[in-house]
This record gives sequence, C-alpha cells and structure tokens, in this order.
Amino acid sequence: MGIRFILMVNKQGQTRLAQYYEWLTLEERRAIEGEIVRKCLARNEQQCSFVEHRNYKIVYRRYASLFFLVGVDNDENELAILEFIHLLVETMDRHFGNVCELDIMFHLEKAHFMLEEMVMNGCIVETSKSNILSPIQLMEKTS
Amino acid sequence: MGSQGGIGQSKEFLDLVKSIGEARSKAEEDRIVIGEIETLKRRLVEPGIPKRKMKEYIIRLVYIEMLGHDASFGYIHAVKMTHDDNLFLKRTGYLAVTLFLNEDHDLIILIVNTIQKDLKSDNFLIVCAALNAVCKLINEETIPAVLPQVVELLGHQKEAVRKKAIMALHRFHQKSPSSVSHLVSNFRKRLCDNDPGVMGATLCPLLDLINRDVSSFKDLVVSFVSILKQVAEHRLPKAYDYHQLPAPFIQIRLLKILALLGSGDKQASEQMYTVVGDIFRKCDSSSNIGNAVIYQCICCVSSIHPNPKLLESAADQIARFLKSDSHNLKYLGIDALGRLIKLSPEIAEQHQLAVIDCLEDPDDTLKRKTFELLHKMTKSSNVEVIVDRMIDYMISINDNHYKTEIVSRCVELAEQFAPSNQWFIQTMNRVFEHAGDLVNIKVAHNLMRLIAEGFGEDDDTAYTHLRSSAVDSYLRIIGAPKLPSVFLQVICWVLGEYGTADGKYSASYITGKLCDVAEAYSNDETVKAYAVTALIKIYAFEIAAGRKVDILPECQSLIEELSASHSTDLQQRAYELQAVISLDAQAVENIMPSDASSKEIEIDKSLPFLNDHVERAIEKGAQPYIPECERSGFSNASYLNSQDLHDVPPPHGLRFEAYELPKQPSVPLTTPPISIGSSNELIAVPEPAYDRGNQAAVSVPSSSNSGPAEVKLRLDGVQKRWGRPTYSSSSPSPSAAPSQDTVNGLTVSNGATSVTPAISKGRETTYEPTRKSQVVEISPEKQKLAASLFGGSSKQERKSSLGGGHKTAAKPSGGHGAETSVKKMAVPAQQPPPPDLLDFGETTVATSGPLIDPFKQLEGLLDMVEPTSSTKNHGDVNATKVPDVMATFGDTATAVEQGGNHFSSIEDVDNLMSGLSSATTDASSGGGIATPQSTAHISKGPNLKNALQKDALVRQMGVNPSSQNPNLFKDLLG
Repeated sequence: MGIRFILMVNKQGQTRLAQYYEWLTLEERRAIEGEIVRKCLARNEQQCSFVEHRNYKIVYRRYASLFFLVGVDNDENELAILEFIHLLVETMDRHFGNVCELDIMFHLEKAHFMLEEMVMNGCIVETSKSNILSPIQLMEKTS
Repeated sequence: MGSQGGIGQSKEFLDLVKSIGEARSKAEEDRIVIGEIETLKRRLVEPGIPKRKMKEYIIRLVYIEMLGHDASFGYIHAVKMTHDDNLFLKRTGYLAVTLFLNEDHDLIILIVNTIQKDLKSDNFLIVCAALNAVCKLINEETIPAVLPQVVELLGHQKEAVRKKAIMALHRFHQKSPSSVSHLVSNFRKRLCDNDPGVMGATLCPLLDLINRDVSSFKDLVVSFVSILKQVAEHRLPKAYDYHQLPAPFIQIRLLKILALLGSGDKQASEQMYTVVGDIFRKCDSSSNIGNAVIYQCICCVSSIHPNPKLLESAADQIARFLKSDSHNLKYLGIDALGRLIKLSPEIAEQHQLAVIDCLEDPDDTLKRKTFELLHKMTKSSNVEVIVDRMIDYMISINDNHYKTEIVSRCVELAEQFAPSNQWFIQTMNRVFEHAGDLVNIKVAHNLMRLIAEGFGEDDDTAYTHLRSSAVDSYLRIIGAPKLPSVFLQVICWVLGEYGTADGKYSASYITGKLCDVAEAYSNDETVKAYAVTALIKIYAFEIAAGRKVDILPECQSLIEELSASHSTDLQQRAYELQAVISLDAQAVENIMPSDASSKEIEIDKSLPFLNDHVERAIEKGAQPYIPECERSGFSNASYLNSQDLHDVPPPHGLRFEAYELPKQPSVPLTTPPISIGSSNELIAVPEPAYDRGNQAAVSVPSSSNSGPAEVKLRLDGVQKRWGRPTYSSSSPSPSAAPSQDTVNGLTVSNGATSVTPAISKGRETTYEPTRKSQVVEISPEKQKLAASLFGGSSKQERKSSLGGGHKTAAKPSGGHGAETSVKKMAVPAQQPPPPDLLDFGETTVATSGPLIDPFKQLEGLLDMVEPTSSTKNHGDVNATKVPDVMATFGDTATAVEQGGNHFSSIEDVDNLMSGLSSATTDASSGGGIATPQSTAHISKGPNLKNALQKDALVRQMGVNPSSQNPNLFKDLLG
C-alpha cells in the first residue's frame, strides 16, 4: 500500500486537508488526527522527521505554520516520503504562486486534484510537475 | 459580493473559510462547523440551486467532514454532481464522493452507472476523473461492471489515461487478485510503455505482484535493470528530475523490486551489481533525495546475493549517515546497519559509539530504531546489557502499543539468550512488575514452568536454590502496590508450590502474605483463585508433613467470604480448601503430592478407561458418538447416508453463506422433518454431554490443584528454548560493559554541546547542504535551485537584508528601482542574528523580535516600496510578492496596490517578526547567488494572474492577516 494518508494540519492542530487511502470512519479519522498531530507537534526541529505510531510511521515536514503529515507503511523509504512532501509543496507553489495556507483553504478541491494526480492506491504515481498540473490547468481553461 | 476576481467563490464561502482559518481553538471551530451544518441543511433543500453554488456547497460539506463532523445529509448532492456535464463540477463531485463514501456505501450503486458512462467519454479528462473514482469506489462486487472498459483504456492514446487505467487494474488486484489474474500480462506490457509516467506507475502493481510471487517475474530482471540504468543515466525527460536527480522516485521503486528479485538468487543478483554500483557512485549525497536513493541501494544490496564491493560501498554510506548531524540520516543509518548486520556482523563494531549515541538520544524515534538494531545484534554476550536497557526504556514510556512490542522483544531475547536462570527470573520479574498487563499469558506460564523444572539441571541444590531465590524475590515484591494481575498469578503459584519448601519461611508467614494478596486485589477473581489454590497447597504440604495447621484468622475469614462468593469457581476452591484441611496426612499426600507440578502427567486423549462405559451405553441404545470434524457440514457423506438424509443440510449450527433461492421445494424435504429432529438430538445433545463427562473424569484427581494443573496441561508441545548455558553468568559481557562507560561519557558531552549548534544541526532538508556548499563552492545548478526555491536575492541585497530584516523579502520584488533607497533606510536598523534557513519558527523570532522597532521601519518602508511595487506590477512576476509580504505586515492591507494603505495597528508583533525573520532567511539563503531575480521567479509563477487575483480577493474580503492568524498568509516555501 505504501501511503496510508496525507494530512495537512496547522500549528493549532486544525486540519487543512485530509486524504486517506484506506477507509476510516469519521471517528477513527478524528482520533488518529488528534493523536498524531499531538505527537508531531511536540517534537522539535532537531529530531527525526519520522515518528512511529501504532503499526505504521508518520513522516512529517513543516512549512511555515503548516504541517504535512504522511502516514506510511513500515517498509516505506522515509526520506523519499519526506521529499515527496516537498515535491507536493513545490507543485502547489508552482500552481498558486507563493502558496500559503489560505490558498489551500480557498482551493481545497484543487489541492486534492493535485494529490489525485500524484498518488493513487497509496502509491506515488506521478512526480513530474507539468504532468500533475496540466489536467488542472486544462480544466480551468475549459470551465 | 458575489463572484469576483474570476475565481467564482461567493462571499459566504470566503467568510466560512476565513472564520475557520481564524478559529483559535477546536471548540470555536466546532461551533462554526455546527452552524455551517445548519445553514447547509437549509440551503440544500432550496429548489433550483445554480450549479456553481451547488459546487460550493459540496466543498463546504467536504470541510464539515474534514473537520470531524458528519455531513451525510448532503452525500446525495455530491453523487448528483458526478452526473454533471461540466468537467470541473463532475470532478468535484467525484472528489467529494470519494472522500465521503467507502466502497460499500449504499449510494455507490448510483455512481457505478455514471462511471461506466464517463469511462466511455471522448474527453480524456472525464475518463481520468472516472478512473480516479474507480480506484476509490469500486469494490469486489462491482469490479466486473467496469473491468472491460478499464482494460480497453489501457490502450488509450492519452498517457494520462493509460496510467490511471493501469492503477485501476492495480486496485482491482489489491481488492480481489482473482478478478484480474488473467490480466497480469497487461502489467508486463505497460512496463514497456512509451511514456515514462505510465512505466513508472506500472512499477507499483508490479512491486505488489512480485512481492506475492517472486519466481514468476524472474525473467523481468533484465528489463528492470536496463530501465534503472537508463533512468540513472538521465534518459528520462527533465520533467521527472527532482533536485537534479533523474526520476528518483522511479529509481527507488526499481531498487525495491530488484531487492525482491535478487533475494537468494545469485544469478539474478549478478545482473544487478553494475547498475546498483553505478547509482551508489552517482547519487548526490548532499541532498535528501540523493540519500533516499542511496538508502534504497543499501536495502537492495543487503537483500540480494552479497557482493563484497557493494557491501563495502554500503558500509561507507552507512558510516556517512551515522556521522551526519541530521537525525534523519542517523535514523536511516541505524536502519541500514540493521539490514547489513546479517551479512557482515563486524560492521557494527566500528559504529558502536554512534549507535550508543543514538540510543542515548532524547529523540524517541531514533531510540526505538536503535533498539530495533540492538535486538538484531543480541548475542549471549550482550543480552544482559541490551535487555536491561530495553526494560529501562520500557518503564519510562507510556505508549502501550510500543510497550507491548518492546516487552515481547525483551522476553524473546531473555528466553533465547538468558545467561542464567537467576538472571532470567529477575528479568522476568522486572518485566512483569512494570508491564505485566501487556505480557502474553504464555510468558507467565513459561516462567512458572521454568521455576518448576529448572533448565533441566541435574544438580538438585541448584534446583532448590533457584526456587528459593524465586520465593525470596517474590516475597520482597509482593508488598508493592498495584502489581499486574498476571504477575500476581505467578507469585501466588510459586509461593504455593515452593513457599515453604526450603523451610526458611513458616506456613503462617506465607499464608498471611497470600491472604493479603487476596484481600488487596479483591476485584481480581483470577488472582484470588490463584491465592486460594496456593493456600490449599501450603496447608496440604503442612498436613502431609505431619505438622499442625493453624488457620490464620484472616485466612478463615477469607474462606468464609469466598464460600459465599458469586463466582462458582471461587466457591469451589474455598470448599476444597476447607475439605483439604479436615483430611488426614495420608489422604492429603495422595491428592496433593508435593512437587507434583514438575512431574509429567501423561494424558491419553482417547480416554480408554471410558470404553466400557461407552459400550454399555450403546448396547442400551444410545447413539454412537460422531466426531466433531464429521459433524459439521455436508462432508459427512457416510453418516448422512446411513441416516438417509441426503439432501438435507446439517441440522444444527449457523450457516454463514447465503441461503440459496427457494427454487424447487424438493421432495425429500417433506419426509425428513422427523429425522432432522432426531439428528438434532443426536448431534447437539450427546456431544457436549460427552465432552463434559470427559473433562470431569480428567479433572477429578486434579481439581483441587487446578492452578498448576492448567499450566501443566499446556506444556506439551511448548518448545524448550533454554539450552544449558554455555558460559558463566558471573563474567561480565566483554564488549558491552566497557562500551557502556563510554556511552555515559559521551552522552554528557553530547548534551552539553547540542545546545549551541542547534541551528546547524537543524532538521536536515535539502536546503542545508545547499547552504553549506554555497560557502565552499557554488555550482551553477545549485545556485539556480536555491534561487528558484527561495527566491533568493543578489549579493548586494544580502547586506541590506542583514540590515533591515523584513526589507529584503519585499525588495526582490521591488527590483532595481527600489534598491538604493532600501539600502539607505536599512542601514541604521539593527542586525538580526544570522538566520537559519530552516527555522520558520519562534526561536528566531525571540532573538530578532526585540531588536527592531517594526513600526518605524514599516512606516519608512512603505513609502519606498509602494511606488516600485505598483509600477512593477504589470510585468514582473515578483511584484506579487510585495502585496504578499505587505499583507503579512499590515493589519489593513486593503489597498497595497493603490498605494493608500496605512499600517495603523500592528497588533501582533511576534507574528510579524516571525514573518520578518523568515524573510531574512530567504534573502540570506539566496545570498551568495547572483542569479537575476526575474529568471529565477518566472518558472515559479505561471499563475501570476491567479496570485494577483488571490491577493485582490483577499483584500476585498477583508481577510486581514495580522488581526487573527497571519500564518494563513505565510508562503509555505518562503
């Protein structure tokens, strides 16, 4: 499976985007978000960007006030996931131009569309920024 | 305000987002969302909602669910939206549906039809949207509905469609491998797709397939190796590069595949050596992504048939990881070490200190990874130190999940490598004392068995010594408050069996302790049961030894209390206790022989002594016993035949499969009701009765001794894990003990130093190496990279950046015109400390905050920047930065462009300063780079228009950053 979920959460622990690649109920999601956000926010910058949680790992990275948290299986390459997060941010930055938290909030669906291009079935399927963004740009043009 | 800025979002939506964004607490957020739910419930039932509006409602529903509330009242509208002809609306509909529904939801059936239709669309984007939905919404049952179309789409002319189609097939394979087993060749075919994106995606399903069945893909080794070679040689389009590395994510996946294919296969492995070696050499070890690929190489090397040269390279890289300042690299180093250690155990030696450092590190993640490594390196010579450490750590943490894991590791290691019985018992005692509730009950049984049987030692004195030391230790521990139940069971059992055996303790002392336990843990019936049984044993041994039994008053009252217990088990035991006390020595010796627990009880499961009884019963007309295996299901043809019950389903037991449709009420059904009844009797009744009879028969002799008897009975088949120790327990482990000393020395110094270089030690990201290399030597690529990532400023600007903190961020956008004036005003300002690239947060804020008077600077700044920004706004992409930054600073950023803004009230100086410091960071990071701003930024801003619209919109909305939550506006990458 690889990636189990991708979360964007701000410093106050408020969810800004959540995408799960395995089905969880609302309650489970809420519980998981609460637990791991608490766990990750408590860590400092020197510590590993990886945290074990139950039977999987969380790779997280902070950009300004926003945390990107990716839950992955245990055999996943953590450092690569860390860079995947950066690729995602770079991609959003290319699309929005100096992307900030509010961009993601105002354009939640577009942020999701980008993720849909990049990750399917919990696997990273596309890493070329132009390939990721072209469907979205085409869509914007037509509508 | 209606739609504006061409973005088409209503004021209501923007207000909602704004208020959520500015909510300061979960409670406030919840309040907003609950209000929103009410609003939407009202709105959604209004007739004739325009589509655009509806799309917005749906996104608001997404928000509601994302923030943890139920939005099921609106699901149907999301489903409806998937029917829309407009692509954007359709895709939003699909998105919402995939977020809301799981694949078994009732509404899915309404979508399958739409998906089918969309898969046939001429518009490839619609096909893609449908394929996305297929991956999320199709379950095993609906696969056949879309499978033919998905397979057809594998040959679609658009690569994006082929890619998604292959992933849909992957999904089907995950859901139900059998449904696509005949289509596996398609995965192989797509591996050769012209488009690298499709090829890269195809690796995902192939990795899964190979994971399940390596052997049938061995023929692809050559292809994978050649693909990897081409990727590493930069043959893929530049678009797949990530930080100058060619398609690293594809490389990583290929390396994972090769690791699987080469594992235990010398011939296949030999084909890989060259390419893996090449990647080792080529990878840029200064970037995160380069190290990620190198780490994957190490994983591959340690999995395939070993090659000395590659192992050497791997060891070198591990050494580099471990020496790194970055915790992330250390973590990978430790993990990689654990993989390589199987192949070359000596490699750990040279990294001892590094490993120890990681073990001592306050970072939990690193510590746990190190424990994992230690677990792999445990030998009999170091088991004591390692297990001790593990237990210490286990005691210090609260996370039950991990506690359980580490406890099971401790137990495993202790059982496998225990240097002495004494040590084993002590270790187990510690484990039980601190995590007894998390230990598998089998571990307790093993411990009791060990104490009862020893390690097969012939020496009787060692034997007794072991037991009495166990008794001693338990008597010491027993008074401790709140011991775990499992541990108390062990204690009670051991005290019962051996408490008085060596004559050191009197029966009344031991029984007193046992009564205390029963009283202190009166809620735990199992413990009470164990305690009572132990009492029985103590008294029985006393009686058998011919000593006079004094029943302590507390014991007497315990017996009385338990005889009236609600638990029949406890009652039974209490009565047994009373019965035993009244017996004479001879009888007691018979029913309760001393040290019986270490004697083997042979159990003949066929219970031959009952044969007579059974035969007699059958003669009297009882039905013969049907073994359970023959009773369930149709399989028992002979039995059913003999009973003439051909077509009748087995008359008892639940059926879990669906009942077949009531096609023909078949003829036999009319006759057998009677026989069903009889067979019912036959099967359901005799079986349990018979069983119970057996049990009773067996348990009669041991019923008074049920505690140990239970344990005893489980022993057969339990593997004996302890061999005779081959080494003396008293000799300290040679390698571990000294290293521990150094450890401690090291930690101290570590702790002392770690404070100061905190910045340089900062979380390793791609940037850090970039910065380092800038100091030494700047390659043009890196300059470009840094420039494009950070929007760095020129060298000259750096000065001003140091002078005037925030200025630089605004400046690059200002361009040349503003440069001189900026410098002038910036000079007098005080210097903030050297900024840390990676530090977006408060630390820098704290230091730089008090030094600068933001008000003065801002006032001066504005005058200078405004003209430049407004003039530049048309052509220069970077001009958009100005309002961005200004927005961060200002409270009323309504009209930056119009030039009429006043920064009247700056409420949140801290936040502002954090903005400043991160701006400084940018500037200095790009400091050494002379790349012209515009070129660096143009690549980043194809959406200039959007960015402008965004700013305009935000200002119109009056979403003011500094008033509530300026973070919302902070550039994520800046």
